[in-house]
Amino acid sequence: MFRQARWNERLIFELGWPGRRGYVVPKVEKEILEAVGGLKTLLPQELQRRTPPQLPELSEAEVVRHYIRLSEMNYGVDSGFYPLGSCTMKYNPKVDEVIAKSPHITMTHPYQDERTVQGTLEILYLLANWLAEITGTFEVSLQPAAGAHGEFLGTLIMRAFHKSNDELEKRTELIVPDSAHGTNPASGAMGGFKVLVVPSDEEGCVDLDALESAVSERTAGLMLTNPNTLGIFEKNIERISEIVHKAGGLLYYDGANLNAILGKARPGDMGFDIVHMNIHKTFGTPHGGGGPGSGPIGVSKSLERFLPIPRILFDGHRYHLDYDKPHSVGKIRSFYGNTGVLLRAFTYILSLGAEGLEAAAEVSVLNANYVMKKLMKIRGLDLPYALERPRKHECVISCKRLQRETGIRALDVSKRILDYGMHSPTTYFPLIVDEALMIEPTESFEKKELDRFVNIVQNISSEAYSTPDVVLKAPQNTAITRLDEAKASHPRTMALSWIMYQKRNL
Amino acid sequence: MSKASVHPYIPNSVQEIKDAMIREVGVSRIEDLYSDVPRKYWLQRRLALPRGKSEQEIRRLVEKTLAKNRTIQDMPIFLGAGCSPHYVPAAVEAIVQRTELFSSYTPYQPEVSQGMLQALFEYQSMICAITATEVANCSMYDWASALGEAVRMATRLTHRAEALVPRIIHPERMMTLAAYTKPAGIVVNPIGYEAETGLLDIEELRANITERTAAVYIENPTFLGLIETHVDKIAEIAHDHGALFIVGVDPLSLGVLRPPGEYDADIVVGEGQALGNPMNYGGPMLGIFACRDDMQLIRQMPGRTIGMTRTVDGKQRGFCMALQTREQHIRRERATSNICSNESLCAVAAAVYLALLGPTGLRELGETIMCKTRYAMNRIAEVDGVNIPLFTSPHFKEFTVNFDQAGKTVHDVHESLLQHQIHGGKSLCQDFPEFGETALYCTTEIHSKEDIDRLGQTLKMILGGKS
Repeated sequence: MFRQARWNERLIFELGWPGRRGYVVPKVEKEILEAVGGLKTLLPQELQRRTPPQLPELSEAEVVRHYIRLSEMNYGVDSGFYPLGSCTMKYNPKVDEVIAKSPHITMTHPYQDERTVQGTLEILYLLANWLAEITGTFEVSLQPAAGAHGEFLGTLIMRAFHKSNDELEKRTELIVPDSAHGTNPASGAMGGFKVLVVPSDEEGCVDLDALESAVSERTAGLMLTNPNTLGIFEKNIERISEIVHKAGGLLYYDGANLNAILGKARPGDMGFDIVHMNIHKTFGTPHGGGGPGSGPIGVSKSLERFLPIPRILFDGHRYHLDYDKPHSVGKIRSFYGNTGVLLRAFTYILSLGAEGLEAAAEVSVLNANYVMKKLMKIRGLDLPYALERPRKHECVISCKRLQRETGIRALDVSKRILDYGMHSPTTYFPLIVDEALMIEPTESFEKKELDRFVNIVQNISSEAYSTPDVVLKAPQNTAITRLDEAKASHPRTMALSWIMYQKRNL
Repeated sequence: MSKASVHPYIPNSVQEIKDAMIREVGVSRIEDLYSDVPRKYWLQRRLALPRGKSEQEIRRLVEKTLAKNRTIQDMPIFLGAGCSPHYVPAAVEAIVQRTELFSSYTPYQPEVSQGMLQALFEYQSMICAITATEVANCSMYDWASALGEAVRMATRLTHRAEALVPRIIHPERMMTLAAYTKPAGIVVNPIGYEAETGLLDIEELRANITERTAAVYIENPTFLGLIETHVDKIAEIAHDHGALFIVGVDPLSLGVLRPPGEYDADIVVGEGQALGNPMNYGGPMLGIFACRDDMQLIRQMPGRTIGMTRTVDGKQRGFCMALQTREQHIRRERATSNICSNESLCAVAAAVYLALLGPTGLRELGETIMCKTRYAMNRIAEVDGVNIPLFTSPHFKEFTVNFDQAGKTVHDVHESLLQHQIHGGKSLCQDFPEFGETALYCTTEIHSKEDIDRLGQTLKMILGGKS
């Protein structure tokens, strides 16, 4: 039976003792102190901090034990199955971590003379080329720090493109399907566009008639995930591309689901003009509990001039950073990108090579279909949309019947899965499926682990029909039982920091 | 895939297993699962990528490539400008290497993610403590994007569309701010500096602030390392006109400098990389974002934020993501931002770092940096023909060095220093021609007296014509 550690660990502010310290700042050399005096002479009294910050005071050993205990109350992909849909929780290779800790990367400054960072520039240059090859795009920028950051950059490029045609004023609408990730409409709005939502058809794909009537001379572009969030390939992609392009819009590829088609098909070949990749999904870099990720974008030849600065060039001899791009949209962050993350993607691709990437795609799709076929047979669960069509890297199952017949919701199922020592799937997404469980097994887990997952869900279904209380009270084996999430967001009970908690006397 | 190419990362790549699973799925081969992908889009060749390599080959190859770089271990590097070299305690590295933390996703299932959630809550709390604010999110991508989001937030709150920003800020930050604000129709107006002190020109601020101003932004210390002395006045001017006051900080200065919360900042942004995160050639960074405890502000905040709560049965304290209704996965096109993945693991590193330093360590480190900065300025000032600094205000971590009177360009000096195994500061010539041949130098606790003396002596040699 799974049991997560239950430390009942105090907040770090409640630990320690006044006067304890966890790290000693080296003393300033005597000669320096004599030459410049101390803080008193360097900083006028009125500019100085008077009350020390309320930071904890602990020895190094206490700090380490505290955070190790916290880590024991956290579930990572190294802990077991992690079928979080649209998040592509693959194994994070250990060699990538070792290489990423090299001082040759960690201890270099972004403004170092190009001649002193040729190794890094070479890696970034090659990686950008490989990503362009994988996505079928002309040129890749590594700058965005995450997928959503890449999407935002994509909307800026759309703006720049339409502006260059003197059409920005009238091209004010961005179209997204109703099955889209929330980032798509949010990015569109950040890019200054009005967001139009098109419905899905009975197959779970973009409704072509609806798309036809949504496009107009106001269309700036369409953002599309393919395979979509139901795990279904948009088989009308050629027609979709035609409709959008004919209307003068651009086609944007949300790369969250790229894993399914690595080496099999390429967004660029399907007519996508702008493509983002989630390095922390498709290329196996750790997600860090919420980042750092990395979200490079690739673009077609006609959009290349709008990419952010700088660009990495190779003259056959040396690598350079090129800032001379008059049409560039500028920058969306400091420096060049999340280099530490990109380096891991470089080693990941080196390990798999072309053949391995394709194998990763195929096995991820096989795993998803395998799990889907088995889950469909479980009482209370249904597969919405396109029963006869294969899924790609993920599948979406509805618990609506289970809810109707037993009162057990997708939320309850997801909490009960935790009790069995697995992470649960994404819940309540996409929005077009009631009581959705969105399952993405990835290629990283063995058949036995997939079977164990299916058995767990089977058990939960049985429990729902016989002893629903067990499911409703879940989870019980985790570090903590079910949390009152509404309380955390209520103005009266909200505590977003230790000081806020103390002030409100909660 | 042949037997020989079963890959270590893909357990089910063994043919027998695949065959069994294919049968179970009810197709005859894996390609059938791609049958709905139009034939014309099937890639008819292998991707043009290197062949897969063994771990040993990869290490040899990548380490050899990386060895072409030179690092702060090979030569003293006096570069800052938004990313700076600092010592990272071993305990920080030990914690962020815990795979339970780094291999987890965003804590969507809080009951199995209490470790990450509590660590991030502690990070938020420590950011509040050092900035003297009450609310923080669990990170933005970096300082520049945090600034862009802060100005957008201010315009949503005030229903105004102009921001006043110092003309002298990091050019990359200014460019990022433009990218973030332009699509929202926000106008960013630059405010100049006082010729003598280099600090924000209060009269120019007064002359430009109007009832259309959504936010006044300053940096403290400034891009040139200057400590702003008029912060209270600037806050007053901003608030008198109904604008929000946004302050950008270097968190390591806050052990010694008055924190922005004490001079009425509404929103605080900054670069948190210095808090226990290596430079990594400029990424990942750690965007700090904090604000006052005011529900109006909190509801408009971008990004993920972690809250304390209790179990449903009320028995136990716990943590979960709060205020998700502001976010893209719920609010979609009406979300406060599209950000979801942020720099959480860097935030955990920052929390561990600040917990190790404590209030005393943070103060000592701030003092150390100020001493070393002043010492470096003094040593360089001894060099004939060098004008240092351009402005009279106290400095933190960074300072300008001007070579106009020495008759050398920043480029010449850089080349000569590099020959002597020293990396000089960042040239400001292109971005701020008004400063002439000027570079921005940075000194932190990692620069020893010996490093600084060597910089001074080498500059003397280069500029004194004695070499």
